[in-house]
Amino acid sequence: MLHQIDVPSEQSSFSCQSGLSLLVGMERQQVGASMTRYIPAGCRGGGCGVCRIRILSGSYTSKKMSIKHVTPEEREQGVALACRVFPEGNMCIVVLERSEARAPDNNC
Amino acid sequence: MAISSKGVMRPGHVQLRVLDMDEAVEHYRDRMGLIEVQTDPQGRVYFKGYTEFDKFSIVLREADEAGLDFMGFKVESPEVLAGLRQDLIDYGCKVEDIPAGELDGCGARVRFDSPTGHFFELYAEKEQTGKWGIPNLNPDAWPEGLKGMQATRFDHCLLFGGDIDGTSDIFIKVLGFRLAEQAMDGDMRIASFLSCSNKEHDIAFIKHEHDGRLHHVSFWLDTWEHVLRAADIISMHDISLDFGPSRHGLTHGARIYFFDPSGNRNKVFCQGDYYYPDHPVITWTADQLGKAVFYHSRELNERFLTVTT
Repeated sequence: MLHQIDVPSEQSSFSCQSGLSLLVGMERQQVGASMTRYIPAGCRGGGCGVCRIRILSGSYTSKKMSIKHVTPEEREQGVALACRVFPEGNMCIVVLERSEARAPDNNC
Repeated sequence: MAISSKGVMRPGHVQLRVLDMDEAVEHYRDRMGLIEVQTDPQGRVYFKGYTEFDKFSIVLREADEAGLDFMGFKVESPEVLAGLRQDLIDYGCKVEDIPAGELDGCGARVRFDSPTGHFFELYAEKEQTGKWGIPNLNPDAWPEGLKGMQATRFDHCLLFGGDIDGTSDIFIKVLGFRLAEQAMDGDMRIASFLSCSNKEHDIAFIKHEHDGRLHHVSFWLDTWEHVLRAADIISMHDISLDFGPSRHGLTHGARIYFFDPSGNRNKVFCQGDYYYPDHPVITWTADQLGKAVFYHSRELNERFLTVTT
């Protein structure tokens, strides 16, 4: 089953198959592929924090993601890693800056 | 005798954080082909490559975030361990004594911190259970029944952090490692590859804005054919691919990079340069960094340079 994922900030949308994460669903979409790369792909396993999004609406399930990239407070506000979110219906999301961009550990 | 002038023999173990233990065990056991050794009372799962004599080399711990807990090196004797412990204290490292048995089958460990925020350990003793399926007396070439990529042994880690010269200095001055290869941006060292053996690197560091990061844990395969077969397994099981199969300019290893189910990057590789203490330092310059990292495509890839756990 295909779900429509709207990304209003990109004025675009893509289709994601049931059972695939939002990130991998986006990567699998072959038609218009060059237009559907706006969620950056990192490790695809919830560890690196590159594919941060905010979920505005829609139903989904999710798997565990590294707490250093999405804090429990952020989770409550709909922040998630796209590689760990599995849509169960149409969704609407915003792509966020990777958590890396927020607070470097040092100034090199 | 180890080539390290201070009696450090080799990388001996690494403890990784994983988000889901069942998924991680399937990956490291069935896809990488490591031998599952045991689960300890804390729930950590131990693995080894089939050619390794010591009981284990990879330890997985389930946690709320992925990444590296620590990397350990085996030294020649308890006397060497005691001497290096004092040398680390004298250098200014914070040293913590971990009692024998905290990792099941491992002797006392000396853990120390580093300017890049990584934790390292030294230990002298670990139970030797022997190669898996290969006796010490009249051994056959390889054991039957290996799974997946058939990774032969844990080889090294590449770690990212800010003050890589500071951490390298501990390895060189205190532990007797030698700088085999480096990448320079003008006068600034952006990569250092350090050896305590005949290998071109036993540990490597790349300069990065975030401390304490794991870039990859690396495993040895015997041939390029094995690397290509690893690539097949990555596709068969939809494992998250990073880059390859291809060759590095740095160290000239032929490898493929991919991610475990928690996002920790793995590498399997073969070939690469060798090292002796009288070799000059090999240098790559920033303008040739594409070739240094991706010898064939010669184009830097942002994911490779910035995605870490």
